[in-house]
Amino acid sequence: MKTQRFIPFFLLALVLAGLQFLTQITDTSYYLTQMTMTAYYSLVIIGLCLVMGYAGQISLGHAGFFAIGGYTSAVLTTYNLIHLLEKGNSFVLFLAGKGLLVNGENLYGESLLYVTPWLACILALVLTALIAFLIGIPVLKLKGHYLAMATMGFGIIIYRVVLAWEIMGEADGISDVPGFTLMPGITVNGDFSNRIQNYYIACTILLVAFILLQNLIHSRVGRALRAIHGSEEAADAMGVNTARYKLYTFVLSAVFAALAGIFLTHYNGGIGPSEAGIMKSVRYVAIVAIGGMASMWGTLIMASVLNFLSLRGLFGSYDDAVFGVILIIIMLFAPDGILRLHIWQRFKKFKTGK
Amino acid sequence: MTLLDVKNVNKRFGGLQAVSDVSFTVDRGMIKAVIGPNGAGKTTLFNLISGNTPLNSGTISFNNKKIHGFKPYQVAQCGISRTFQNIKLFHDMTALENVMVGRHTKSRAGFMAGMFHLPFTWGEEKEIRHKCLELLELLEIRELADVEATSLSFGQQRAVEFARALASEPDLLLLDEPAAGLNIYETAEIARLISKIRSQGITVLLVEHDMSLVMDISDEIVVLSFGRKIAEDTPREIQQNKEVIQIYLGDDDVEN
Repeated sequence: MKTQRFIPFFLLALVLAGLQFLTQITDTSYYLTQMTMTAYYSLVIIGLCLVMGYAGQISLGHAGFFAIGGYTSAVLTTYNLIHLLEKGNSFVLFLAGKGLLVNGENLYGESLLYVTPWLACILALVLTALIAFLIGIPVLKLKGHYLAMATMGFGIIIYRVVLAWEIMGEADGISDVPGFTLMPGITVNGDFSNRIQNYYIACTILLVAFILLQNLIHSRVGRALRAIHGSEEAADAMGVNTARYKLYTFVLSAVFAALAGIFLTHYNGGIGPSEAGIMKSVRYVAIVAIGGMASMWGTLIMASVLNFLSLRGLFGSYDDAVFGVILIIIMLFAPDGILRLHIWQRFKKFKTGK
Repeated sequence: MTLLDVKNVNKRFGGLQAVSDVSFTVDRGMIKAVIGPNGAGKTTLFNLISGNTPLNSGTISFNNKKIHGFKPYQVAQCGISRTFQNIKLFHDMTALENVMVGRHTKSRAGFMAGMFHLPFTWGEEKEIRHKCLELLELLEIRELADVEATSLSFGQQRAVEFARALASEPDLLLLDEPAAGLNIYETAEIARLISKIRSQGITVLLVEHDMSLVMDISDEIVVLSFGRKIAEDTPREIQQNKEVIQIYLGDDDVEN
């Protein structure tokens, strides 16, 4: 039983490694860039799947959390603190003393001083969790369309903020974000020489997150979340603190989104306001819907395929329209998602001869 | 010994006095029924006890502890479990999974424990499953464990809801119209199950329309009319009570 649980994950890891091997032998390793980005976007989407498919809530603000993570990390690792240090700012001195700042030099030989990516990453995650928590308390009291509107409003606010705030680079976004050295020899950045390593970093994070979520949905908490989806009133009557469970789920998925934002920002070496855009959120929701809502595997597969195709530019300038249309069609014709047309049950029945 | 003590409870909805100065007690181990014509305030009274509706004044204590003002999940954690008039099972979950949710207050694995599949949760999950299968056995629906709950027949769904409510090992079970929508055979079946539940040492408070069910199984009956308590007695006495007969059958019958 215990070992059986891990067989699907092991196969998934094999497939991910197999894909990399395939790009190697077919000499198409340029695909790896999009595959890596796909893995990070999929991380956001499986987190959202927990909120939508299991807890039965909706969020049209996940691009906002992605952006909060990415932008916080980008600002902290690119904002030059040297003037503050020269002025003798005690907090900067403290950080420098703890070895949490890195020195650099620009083209003109001026010295630069940044926060290390590790600290930036942790601060970005904490900030996102905090914002998700504070937004979640009032917003999650709403249901259905109202919740969708409220989270969308939040997403739009984040979008306008990153677009208007000078420190966020306004419409240009932030570039020249340094690589994130996880440990000596393992760095998240966009160097060509690092492409294979980065693909595996992204896949490892995705796989670990996926396993954690799979564990969660098969636990007592997962059952309680599905119960909230089924009937909030009855779940409440069974002693489930529905408000708290919804909030924790929301925060958890926001943290997943932020983590994806942070790593993708370091990988791409920058982030722009389009990452916070409402169409990104719509895309995430559409993919969870097409993946079957309450199906982690379906969502993961759909997230991988559709994001990859989109990043390869298959949908051209109709990119956003494609996901909008997908969402509408799914909602109209297959609200349970196309991967839940009970193919598995039929197959099982066929196998057992019933 | 008094388990539930409802004292001078009032509830207004705008200009409507839904429950007005109602007091009664439920002793440990008994089956007590609340009856009354439509709109008498039975379900409102129920919702006040279970925490779904806040009360305007009065007190409700359970095990000598004040529980009014509690949220429904807190009331559940105190040891009061309930079923719903229009069955509220969790869809997309099997009968067994539904019952396992009922075990929520008796287990403790949280988000971290769940995500990391911590060792203490293994034994806990096993215990939950074992206990819930026992309950399905008790309610004679063991063979339906793996069937999706919402695809069961109405009577079976009711039994699943009973099992789910019992999974938290409550001291008090609130049954909101357990016979609603059932035919006479299913009603008799439900009556048998309720007696069986009581024999497990669980106190039962039920709201019901079906007189045969109420008269057969309850030890005491509270009669409500327009939000007021007009009688509280044993079934035999209630059947003789003039005021009760009047509100159920009208004035003429009293004169005859």
